[in-house]
Parts: sequence; structure tokens; C-alpha cells
Amino acid sequence: MIAEFGHFALALALVISLAQATLPLIGAQRGDAVWVALARPFALGQFLCIAVAFAALTYAYLVSDFSVVNVARNSHSAKPLLYKISGVWGNHEGSMVLWVLMLSLFGLLVALAGNNLPPTLRARVLAIQAWIGAGFLAFILLTSNPFERIFPPPVDGNGLNPILQDPGLAFHPPFLYLGYVGFSIAFSFAVAALIEGRVDPAWARWVRPWTLAAWCALTVGIALGSYWAYYELGWGGWWFWDPVENASFMPWLAGTALLHSAAVAEKRDALKSWTILLAIIAFSLSLIGTFLVRSGVLTSVHAFATDPQRGLFILLLLVVAIGGSLTLYAIRAPRLKLGGLFHPVSREGGLVLNNLLLSTALATVFLGTLYPLFLDAIGAGKVSVGAPYFNTTFVPVMVPLVAAMAIGPMLAWKRGDLAGALGRLKFAFATAVAVTALCFALVARGPVLAPLGIGLATWVIAASLLEFAERIQLFTAPAAETWRRMRNLPRASYGMTIAHAGMGIAIIGMVAVSAWRVEVVQAMRPGDIVAAAGFTLRFEGMRELQGPNYRAEAGSFTVTRNGGLVTRLDAERRFFTDPAQLTTEAAIRSTLLGDLYVAIGDEAPGQMRTVRVWYNPLVVWIWLGAVIMALGGVVSLSDRRLRIGAPARRRAAVPAGAASAGA
Amino acid sequence: MDLRRLVYLVPLVAFIAIAGYFYLGLQRDSRKLPSVLIDQPVPSFALPPLFDDKPGLRTADLGGEVALVNVFASWCAPCRVEHPILIRLANNEKVPLYGINHKDRPEDAKRWLAELGDPYRRIGVDRDGRASIEWGVYGVPETFIIDRQGRIRYRHVGPIMPQDLDKVILPKLRELGR
Repeated sequence: MIAEFGHFALALALVISLAQATLPLIGAQRGDAVWVALARPFALGQFLCIAVAFAALTYAYLVSDFSVVNVARNSHSAKPLLYKISGVWGNHEGSMVLWVLMLSLFGLLVALAGNNLPPTLRARVLAIQAWIGAGFLAFILLTSNPFERIFPPPVDGNGLNPILQDPGLAFHPPFLYLGYVGFSIAFSFAVAALIEGRVDPAWARWVRPWTLAAWCALTVGIALGSYWAYYELGWGGWWFWDPVENASFMPWLAGTALLHSAAVAEKRDALKSWTILLAIIAFSLSLIGTFLVRSGVLTSVHAFATDPQRGLFILLLLVVAIGGSLTLYAIRAPRLKLGGLFHPVSREGGLVLNNLLLSTALATVFLGTLYPLFLDAIGAGKVSVGAPYFNTTFVPVMVPLVAAMAIGPMLAWKRGDLAGALGRLKFAFATAVAVTALCFALVARGPVLAPLGIGLATWVIAASLLEFAERIQLFTAPAAETWRRMRNLPRASYGMTIAHAGMGIAIIGMVAVSAWRVEVVQAMRPGDIVAAAGFTLRFEGMRELQGPNYRAEAGSFTVTRNGGLVTRLDAERRFFTDPAQLTTEAAIRSTLLGDLYVAIGDEAPGQMRTVRVWYNPLVVWIWLGAVIMALGGVVSLSDRRLRIGAPARRRAAVPAGAASAGA
Repeated sequence: MDLRRLVYLVPLVAFIAIAGYFYLGLQRDSRKLPSVLIDQPVPSFALPPLFDDKPGLRTADLGGEVALVNVFASWCAPCRVEHPILIRLANNEKVPLYGINHKDRPEDAKRWLAELGDPYRRIGVDRDGRASIEWGVYGVPETFIIDRQGRIRYRHVGPIMPQDLDKVILPKLRELGR
């Protein structure tokens, strides 16, 4: 019964969203306040219905109701509780329900938080949001019903793919979807602005917090996925340029560009039609990512079970949503008033450069990801898709971006002084040079470019801190004045400093692990020792373990350094039966300086084991940097300006509930 | 319509082109081999060896027994996922397995095989991907089943997962008389 109830709730949500998609839009066009006001209750109703459906599906998973096909295919009665819950979104149908749940949640938040929004703009935003919701609800109901029953029900379920049974991955999709779906708000705002034919600084201020919230969630989601791949897939890599990874990375790049261009639109009333376009592109890439993952046009480890019919349906949604919004853009954008002018060397100019480089980076990733599809068009090219392609095309675009990232915040709006900015950055430059030299002195091996990469990252971190120090007049003004400035400095400025420094930290990790990873592979018998990166590992032998839904063999290692005991490590291989699959659980000793990473292989004759030992220097910095970046976003999100909206209301009390909307 | 307005049409036009490719991609169903190659003799090719002590791969090496040809690369993440299954196929099922190393640096491929194990009887190095084009390879990994007459009987796109092995690959091999 519960499942049927959930199915009914989804159908009801579709009906409500269709009403929400049309009536407020008509009301806004005609100036009918009653119809305009309908948007809010509809948004609430839509969210409640989808929440009920999601709860019903979760319930079916919790009680292992195998008469529901989706549960039977993806769950198992012996599965730990956490994975019964994460199993809800560990499959195509359930993840789509989570998708629309997030979508309606964001819609609800706009409905609740948007007290300072003009009612017609809010009605239009919510109507666009409902169009997207209606499209995906129809997709779920017509092609991917999660509540389908089977009779007779199987005795037990198939289980969740064991490599997905992991705490990191349990939370990876919700964060990713928060990010993808969060960009839908920016998209809806963009389309609503095109319908109204008006984009002003207030518009940019309303869009920014949503974009920022989505960006933070996406950053965390991507970092979680990367960390998961690192420790679970058992070969110590952290990014594989897999089509599905790229599908989440492309909206991130577009969203990062959008954050920066929206700053120009807000502060200087410029770059308006470009900001609108980026808002459309960021969400379009989220949709395209969904299409790529679920249609089967690209093959990938991550891909969901695919079905051409579903692919066609999503393609249809893409054409309506993206094609429709871009058509509107082509018609309306030329009529938008041009904003303030600025000199190329200025804060605006810096942000334009940021946008150009991010767009170029985005284009290289996009081309690389879709290369197999474009193969017919461009013939058999010489560039192979995979890490080699991306490293040769993506990295060179990132280098100037990162170098300029340090200088941009130092430039004034309208007309900046490049020589002056560089002069003020001389300490940052000196620090970067010193660190580069130190790297050359300390590390003899590895590519020559690596110390330069570390230097570049240091340059960004030092420049961010320097810019912050300058703003609070650290050491140049009395301490009391510095303290006053620190308190008065907008949270958004703190956010920028933190996020830019986080980026530098992540880059240090990426460069270090790519250039200086140590890798030792050795066949070992119990009692053998292997040396790697100054550590000595003694293989103590194998033992059997029994997990809740797997059995495992663990190889024990005693790690010493200069004769002193460092730690003991257990590298496991887990044998799952439902479904039958083997996973490797590498043993990792993580420190800020680097990770000692041990994975164990198949048994060879005579108790021999292939043991792989890696030392990944500074690898944790990658995810640490990503978390710091997201933290910077959250700090920026707490800025009063973003909570309050229109500058006229600066003195007004903070509306309750609006503060952390979507964070 | 002046030129400035045309600029605003660019995103739409680009999207229409991309959507067109998506549509073609859906039609093509990349998991199936174009009918021209299935049941046809393997294309003529000859690839140099990866290792000094293990021969390369050419057309004449295939046929006579039912075998698998696997296209792999060290830079390809899904290849790593399917690798334990290839090892199992070669060791437990004793299926003759031949490798085509696709657009890879030989030293990377060697290190990769040293790390994960080498299930292949012969490995041909296809540095520029020409042979892969002859085979109609769409991406890595891909695996082909070759019958005793040296004809391609089945093509698997993407990594071979445990369920593919049990439900598709092994039955297909049995059907061909292994």
C-alpha cells in the first residue's frame, strides 16, 4: 500500500507542478495578483507530495519490501542500515526521485525566502522551476517508476553494487544533486529575467546566494566522489577524467564562472547578458550530465543501467529546457541595456579574464568528454581521450587562470593599476619564488615543472592573505583600527580569501601527488619486508574476516621508520556474494605530509601476494583545499548583503529562515 | 537583423548541433557492433609486441580456437575495474585472451600490467589507434569474442562486469564450443 501511496503522491506532484508552471506565469503576465500569489502554495504542495513519495520509497527500502522491483533489484535484507538508506538513491529510479525532491526543496525555499523579491518575479521563477519539475516528474512516471511491483516477490534482493557500499559514497550523490539542482534556481531566475526583459543589480544579488549554495554543495560532492575513488578503487588515483566525473565537473566550472560574473553584474551592472547566459549554461550542463549518465551514449564505470527510451525522453527535456531558454535568450538578450563601462585593466577586466579562461577550460573538458560522439565529425583524431588529453589541454588553461587569480582581487573596480597591484604583491611573489627554490633544493627527482606548480599555488595563497592583510591594514594601522576593519569587512570578502587560498592548497596537493608519488610493487611472503619513501613495511601474513554481508581477507603490515614503530595497517579484499563482486579496501595511513597507501593482490603459489605500496605526498591537501573552498562559499553566503537582498532594505531585520537558505 | 543580434544566436545554434549529435548517439546504440563487422573475419592488422618475450598480435594469430580480444589502456579507469575479471577469465576459465594496447605509452602499459597482472597471451601495441579503427572500436575498454574460424562473433563495449561475465560472455563462449 505504501508504495502505491508514494506513486500516487508523485502523480499528484506532477499535477501540482503543471498548475504551478502555468497559472502564476499567466498571472504575472496579466498582472493578476491572486494568480501570482498561487505560486507559493503550489511550491509547498509540490514539495510535500514529492517528500511523501521519497519517504514511501525509503520505507520500502528500510523494511526490505521486495515486492517493489526497485528494492528487489538494488537492496538486500542483510545490508547495513546506512546502505539500505543510500540504496534509495544508488539506482536510476530512486536517484531521480531524490533529484526532483531537491528541485522542489529549492523551489520551496525560494517561495519562503523570497520576501524581498517582487511578487511577479518570484511567480515567474517558481513557474520556470515547476516546468523543470514537471518534465522530470513525467520522466519518472512514464519511464522510470520506482514503485513498480512484481509478483511473486523474490525471497531476497540483488543487493547494492558493493563498491558503492561506502559511507563516502552514501553522501556523494545528495551533495552532487544539491549542486546540480541548485543551479536550476539560477536558471529559473535567468529565464524569468529574460521574460521580464530586465536585469538589474538587485537581480544579480538575488541570484548569487543560490548559485553560491549550489556551488558549495557541488564542490563538496565532487570532493567526496574523488576521495571515494581514491580509497575505494584501490589504485590511489584521485581523478580519472571519466565521463561521469566530467559531467559533474563541467557544471562546477560554469558555476564558478557564474559566481564571478554575477559579482560584476551586481557591483557594476555590467556583463548582464553574459551572466544570464552562464546561468543557463550551468544548469544546462547539469542536465546534459544527467543525459550522458543515464542514456548510455557514453560508457563509463559509473553509468546507470541504461535504456535508449529514457535517453530519448531526457534528450527531449534537454531540447525543451535548453533550446527553449536559449531561444528566449537570442530574442531577448540583445534588448538588455548595456551596463557600466570599464577599463580592461580593472577588477571587472580581471573577472572577464577569469570567465574567458574558465569557459575555455570548460570547452576543453566538454570536447574531451563528448569526443567519442563527435568522432564521426572530426575523423579519427590523434588526441586520445583520457588523462593524456585532459592533462595536455586543461592544465595549460588553468595556469594563467591561477596566476591571474592572485592579481584580480588587487585591482580596483572600473580602472585598476596593474603595476601598482603587482608592486603590492611583491611579498607574495618573493614567497612563491622562495618556496619554488626550496622545492628544487629538497626534491631532486620528478618533473621540473612541479616546483613551479607549487610556486604558482603558493603565489595564490600568499596573494590572498596579502590582500586580506591589506584590507584590514594589518601592521600599517593601530591594532584597534585593524580589529575594527576586521569586524566590518564583509563576510563575502572573507569568503573570497578563504576560497582562493583553498584553491591554492588543493593545487599544491594535486601537483605534489602527480609529480612525487612513490610506487613500489613487490611479490611478498609473510615475513618479507618492503621499503618505500623512508618507511619499512613488514608483511605479517593474512587473516580471514567476516563482515555483515561479505567475507574478507586482510593482509597485516607493520610499518616502521628509522627502526621506530609507526603504525600497523590492514589491507583488505572483500568478497561480496549479493551481488558477487570483489572489492579492495586499501589500508591508508593519512597525514598532512602524505599518505602511505597499501593494497594487496591475488594469491600466487606459495603464499605469495602482490603487494602494492604507494606514498602519495600531500594528497590530503586536495580534498582539504576543496573543503576550504566550500567553507569560503559558506562564509560568503552568510554575508548580510546576500541575506537581505535589495540595498534599500539594508537596515531591515534579517528575515527568519532566509539566512541559510539552501546552504 | 544586425550583426550584434546574430551573436546572441550562437549559443542556440551550438546547442542544436550538440543535440543533433546526442540524437545520433542514441540511434547508434554504441553497445552493438555495426552489423557489417559481426560474423565477419577479423580485420587485417599487424601490431608490434609490447614485451620483448611476448609476441605482438596480427590477424593470423586469431582463429583455430575460441578467443577473446580485449582493447585496453593504462589511462582508462574502467579498464582497471574489469581487469580482475580478465585475470579470472585467463586463469580460471583458461580462455585465450589477446590484448590490444590502445593509444598508450609502452612504459605505462608495462607498469600497469606489472601492477595488476598480465592475463594476455599476446599483446599488440596500437599507438596511433589505427588498428582500433579497423576493429570499429568506439572507446576503451572493448572486448571481442572470436570463433574458431577467426570471425568476430560478439562485441562488448565498456568494462566486463561480473554480471556480464556470467550472463553474456561465458554463455557465449560455451555456445561457440569452449
